[in-house]
Amino acid sequence: MSEKLLEIDNLSVCFHLPEGVARAVDRLSLNIAKGETLGLVGESGCGKSVTSMSIMGLIASPPGRIESGRILFQGKNLLELNRENLRRIRGKEISMIFQEPMTSLNPVISIGRQVAEPLMIHKGLSKSEAFDEATGWLEHVKIPAAGKQLKDYPYQLSGGMLQRVMIAMAMVCRPKLLIADEPTTALDVTIQAQILALMSGLKEELGMSLLLITHDFGVIAQMATQVLVMYAGQIVEEASVTRIFDRPFHPYTQGLLKSIPQAGGRAKGRVKRLREIAGTVPALTEVIVGCKFADRCPYTFDLCRQQQPTLDRIQNGHRARCWLHEHPERGRGNV
Amino acid sequence: MTRYLVRKLITLIVLLFLVSITVFSVLFVLPGDPAEIILGMNATPETLANLRAELGLDRSFIVQYANWIGSLLTGRGSMSINYDVPVYDLILSRLAVTGPLAIFAICFAVVISLPLGIYAARHQNQPGDVIVMFFTQLGLATPEFWLGILLILLFAVKWGLFSAGGFPGWSVSFWGSAKALLLPSFALGVIRASILTRLTRSSMLEVLREDYVRTAWAKGLRERTVVYVHALKNALIPVVTILGLQMGQLMAGAIIIENVYYLPGLGRLVFQAIGQRDLPVVREIVLFMAAAVIFVNFIVDLTYAVLDPRVRLT
Repeated sequence: MSEKLLEIDNLSVCFHLPEGVARAVDRLSLNIAKGETLGLVGESGCGKSVTSMSIMGLIASPPGRIESGRILFQGKNLLELNRENLRRIRGKEISMIFQEPMTSLNPVISIGRQVAEPLMIHKGLSKSEAFDEATGWLEHVKIPAAGKQLKDYPYQLSGGMLQRVMIAMAMVCRPKLLIADEPTTALDVTIQAQILALMSGLKEELGMSLLLITHDFGVIAQMATQVLVMYAGQIVEEASVTRIFDRPFHPYTQGLLKSIPQAGGRAKGRVKRLREIAGTVPALTEVIVGCKFADRCPYTFDLCRQQQPTLDRIQNGHRARCWLHEHPERGRGNV
Repeated sequence: MTRYLVRKLITLIVLLFLVSITVFSVLFVLPGDPAEIILGMNATPETLANLRAELGLDRSFIVQYANWIGSLLTGRGSMSINYDVPVYDLILSRLAVTGPLAIFAICFAVVISLPLGIYAARHQNQPGDVIVMFFTQLGLATPEFWLGILLILLFAVKWGLFSAGGFPGWSVSFWGSAKALLLPSFALGVIRASILTRLTRSSMLEVLREDYVRTAWAKGLRERTVVYVHALKNALIPVVTILGLQMGQLMAGAIIIENVYYLPGLGRLVFQAIGQRDLPVVREIVLFMAAAVIFVNFIVDLTYAVLDPRVRLT
């Protein structure tokens, strides 16, 4: 086992809303080793982004509250750091890129200044030094005529170019961990591939770790080494990327993989209806006694409604939160 | 940028032209013959006709309007009926009071509203925010003249810190004059500040929820950089708009407050001129005030371009 960079232990995050307490992240634990790419998969509202915002210390409080757990970054518990010390880590040791490059860059501040800011604040560079280095990074992420673009504003660039700017901005301080929250979701498919290639290249070059948050298994297949599947605030399955695609254990993971549109269906002479997972995600404010997926699961039996399954080891490095593990006779065609 | 500027300049000129026609027409159709006012009730029809001819009042509307604009452009302007001096000179001397009054009032409004609005937004629904909102609500409901009278009662009558009204003149006493403008401009400014505070707060609240503010936090920027650079620059755009629009109300407020404080400003001049049916004075001051409002909004348009790069290209 290589050295741990980030270790989240038993993290619970709640939001105190008028309609009740929403448990957005429920006793979540994960590890990211140095140089590793961890994929965090799940549908909208499952707690992926709340997890990443917790690492950054950016949960709005109120209404958000971290109820329990530790987030250890290089052995330091980020949840115990004061605001100033946490600020020094943000953008320097841990950087983040977001889903919507169009809205995530400030419309009234020049691109050069936005990319140079972390250098001035974290490395104490002068304005001209920071701008020089920013130009270098913009060239590095393959922005044409980077020197000229420094004075441009976000509205003058395309979405793909803006995401490159976001990446450059996140990279300037050479962070040890990059959190990418749906980095390609808002982009065209062709641009997606370019951005993913750029990110893997930079990751290798800087030897950093990557926490990749997405709902897209295609992105996971291309980038991740280890995968976590989240459902309603909990991790329901954890495995290596090959194992997840070959032998998904949890019915939710299986459902997700089956609902990926398959190319070539028409060529075989029949158009298959796109598979979906029946039902909807339970509201986070709902108190559920048994398994949170029970209402949507094709294999549900009595135990699932009575007791919540634990995240159990299926095989080396493969864990799942499902009673089928103890009652294999209830599932059909499972491991 | 040049195109934007040229377009705004053309708008400015067209607006001024339309305003001048409106002002002239309104006073043209108004009953009341200037010649009769000048000569009094006992004038003979003959002298009246002579004076009308001399003043050009017997000409058509177009000719009279053209003469008026011509006289304005060549710098002579009309003569005041009552004071028998060019209205130009009257405006200039009174502007020395109303100009600083308006500028002080705007300064008060901005200095009060921006920090309060930002503070309230940063502490939404907390006690500080509730207190700020309470006072802005109070400010919105308070007429300027009443606040002006209250301030006189408190600062002049009770504590004797300021004089209750009047204006010594800049050449007589610079500090005395500045001091005389302090209470009335504060009264004017506080009322403007109420609406601007609320606007700054709501604009700031909206911007603080934007993705790019989250990005700014995630970059590890200091709180003051996030709030005063990344958020404020965006939040100011609607605030500046309303600030420009407030200029018109400020002018209207100045007329009232100058009368409360007995200040020899434009507002008081126009107020008296209406009573004395001194039409040239009324006409030219109304035109001047409208021009001032238009000009300030031209400045506002230029400020947009500084605040928002997207404006520069359109």
